[in-house]
Amino acid sequence: MSDSNIIPKWLSVGVIPLMNLFLAFCVSGLFIFFIGENPFRAIFVMIKGAFYYPGAIGYTLYYTTNFIFTGLAVALAFHARLFNIGGEGQAYVGGLGVGLVCLIFDQHVVGFLVTILAILGSVIFGAIWGIIPGYLQAKRGSHIVITTIMFNFIAAALMVYLLVNVIIEPGQMSPETRDFASDVGLVQIHILAKYLGLEMAMSPLNLSFIVALTVSVGFWFLVWRTKFGYEVRSLGHSETAAIYAGIKVSSTIIIVMAISGGLAGLVAINELLGVHNKLLLGFTAGYGFTGIAVALMGRNHPVGIFLASLLFGALYQGGTELDFEFSSITREMVLLIQGLIILFSGALAYMLNPLVERIYLKYYGNYNNA
Amino acid sequence: MKNTENKGGNEAIASLPPSTESAIELKNITKRFGHVVANSHVNLKVRTGTIHGIVGENGAGKSTLMNILFGLYKPDSGMIFLNGQAVDVNSPEKSIALGIGMVHQHFMLVPTFTVLENAMLGNEGSMLLRSGEEVVLDRLKGLSNNYGLDVDFEAIISDTPVGMQQRVEILKALNRGAKILILDEPTGVLTPQETIGLFDILRSLREQGVTIILITHKLKEIMSITDTVSVMRGGKVVADFSTEKTSPEELAENMVGRKVLLSIKKPTLKVGKPVLEVKNVSHESKDGVLVLKNISFDLKEGEILGIAGVAGNGQSELLDILSGIETLQRGQITVNDKTILPFQDWNSKKAREFGVAHVPEDRHKRGLVLPFHNYENSILGYHRNEDYSSGFLMDKRKILNFVDDLVENFDVRPRSSSISSGKLSGGNQQKLVLAREIESNPNILLVGQPTRGVDIGAIERIYEDLMKLKSKGTAILLVSVELDEIMSLSDRIVVMNQGTIVGETNSSNATELDLGKMMSGLEQV
Repeated sequence: MSDSNIIPKWLSVGVIPLMNLFLAFCVSGLFIFFIGENPFRAIFVMIKGAFYYPGAIGYTLYYTTNFIFTGLAVALAFHARLFNIGGEGQAYVGGLGVGLVCLIFDQHVVGFLVTILAILGSVIFGAIWGIIPGYLQAKRGSHIVITTIMFNFIAAALMVYLLVNVIIEPGQMSPETRDFASDVGLVQIHILAKYLGLEMAMSPLNLSFIVALTVSVGFWFLVWRTKFGYEVRSLGHSETAAIYAGIKVSSTIIIVMAISGGLAGLVAINELLGVHNKLLLGFTAGYGFTGIAVALMGRNHPVGIFLASLLFGALYQGGTELDFEFSSITREMVLLIQGLIILFSGALAYMLNPLVERIYLKYYGNYNNA
Repeated sequence: MKNTENKGGNEAIASLPPSTESAIELKNITKRFGHVVANSHVNLKVRTGTIHGIVGENGAGKSTLMNILFGLYKPDSGMIFLNGQAVDVNSPEKSIALGIGMVHQHFMLVPTFTVLENAMLGNEGSMLLRSGEEVVLDRLKGLSNNYGLDVDFEAIISDTPVGMQQRVEILKALNRGAKILILDEPTGVLTPQETIGLFDILRSLREQGVTIILITHKLKEIMSITDTVSVMRGGKVVADFSTEKTSPEELAENMVGRKVLLSIKKPTLKVGKPVLEVKNVSHESKDGVLVLKNISFDLKEGEILGIAGVAGNGQSELLDILSGIETLQRGQITVNDKTILPFQDWNSKKAREFGVAHVPEDRHKRGLVLPFHNYENSILGYHRNEDYSSGFLMDKRKILNFVDDLVENFDVRPRSSSISSGKLSGGNQQKLVLAREIESNPNILLVGQPTRGVDIGAIERIYEDLMKLKSKGTAILLVSVELDEIMSLSDRIVVMNQGTIVGETNSSNATELDLGKMMSGLEQV
């Protein structure tokens, strides 16, 4: 994750990600062209689907919320040079936290309080799912990539077991819990707007979005303004220097993974408290994995992560529209486009660097060699 | 360039046609990494069927040169001749094909393979493994008997002792047809008995006409086995000798080199009570080698104690233990009347709390987080200090004020708080680290290689700062491989060789010759 020293920041943070995005769209356009559709029209439909139709922006921001949470989760771990692939599982288990709190308390305690507890539950359960791989990495040297991947599978299996056998609503087939009490949950923005006398199209966008923005500010503060953040970044850049500075490597790793898991767990409040109002199978839908691309593209900075989340939110929402509008563009085609964007802005994020460096040096190199 | 046997001949040789009797000839090899010149106009000539030693300290450019010869690096300029033929060694494959074999310091073996499987790697004898094994086993057994390379072909590498692993490496090279063998620090991991065994093997290889290049910093080994020797320092070959015509002292002098002596005013100061006492400290490295053996000394207020020695004789480990980076395994340390026992909770944080500041030997790896801004590095290790923080939060304004004063008072250039420290020159990086540690008001300062890779101007400044600190009564432990530095700064000097303290002297009556003798481990005072 080393930033190039040669080219200035506006190029590496601004121009290169845009070029990557452009490349991804070009290749996507080629695919759309090959299946006999007009790529320009497709893009037009996609943008309209994401931002123009009534409620479209709401949907886009609702997806954005999930990506902010998982993106921040991955980014925090990145700052300590840990590759947390387990956002998916941590979000899933975070959902268990929400579900358990709601199912246990919602009949006895006032809804507002249950909601607060449920949010805490999502963070704590997600954190636990991060702490275990963190501990194994710090104390036993088990590679975090392997363990977090494994923990995704364990989480999935655990949730299937619980939802099919234990907390399923009695007397029905689908693996879901009963609905939470109606006074529990995070209010949706369009309902809130109605109270304020504003007319907004219906969308699943809810207060979690505000939580996500608040958490983003908190993330920036934690990483760049606290002692702990300083220690995390020292460790991420140079473990030897961190040891020299008296930073406890193993406990830092464990705490980072706890916070990272907790951030991923927050996906559950958007999905369960904000939309579904019950715990159900597979609600994480890959948000945890996409968070990796979001963090990569957002350069592990909350502002970048917000922008990358917005992009992926728009892709999800616009992609649905694409699927709907074109008979030949199926759901799989939309996934392909998303995959290409992840490929170009994530895996191939540094592909264009040498080229840009060379061009930059050719024109500005002489002035910069002080 | 004094003491050079073929002194002045370097240029002359370059113009002559290469002699046919030399197995290897390197001409004018230069290799740069970024701004660092790792090898500068190196000329080297090794006669066929001899053992040629290359000595020099860490970072003198030995390994770079050998990696060039082995095709791992491409030189920026210069030529390589093998048996009089100019060759282009652009990859290890090419170099192996040309008959060059290399045994790296860290073995390149597959730990889960058997000895046979490892030794045949690269020359498997046949397309099919089974028949290939038979062919190779025959050949290897022959080689093994010829040269006394005693190995168990059935054993799994990870179960075999390091001495045998090394023999496997040599066998592997011979199996690939090596006529020239490069050994990089081959005895670093060996016991004395294994070393004797290795040298017997090398001698029998020489008898059969194999040319050997031996890289080491152990002068005793050079004296006992090589025919000729080259000394490298600062990326250059500074002297060539015929081994029988030189002495370890002469080699040590050439390795360490003489720098322009900077005039330093040593404040005369009455030393106070001891603040650091080290008693019987021993340490085993991760590979199980005893790197420190029963080290004892003390350090008093207002005193500079110099630890001299050729790099790699345990000084780094000693610094690591005293600064809390490594756990104390055996012995006892008393810091400001607080005693640390083996396996007690002892870390860098605690060391700082006890008043021990540390300027580490490797500022890139330890002393600085290179991508960090200067203001972030200016508090590395002291970031918990209430001066720069309140509760959880860091007080950026206070830190900025602090770093502004720091770069001003210690002349760190450019005077910027926000430039990333990785972009500073070596000297300015060192000034920043030193400034940070001095500003913490330590009463013990551990300093490792304070002027490594630092330009003359900065050296002067660093010496001044150390003297200023000393006159405040701080006890300073100075570890350096620069003999001049030790002699001109220290009040007292101890010399380390192979993990032990081999001598102690006052700096006023120390001579370079005495110290050189002690450093080479030949004489105990």
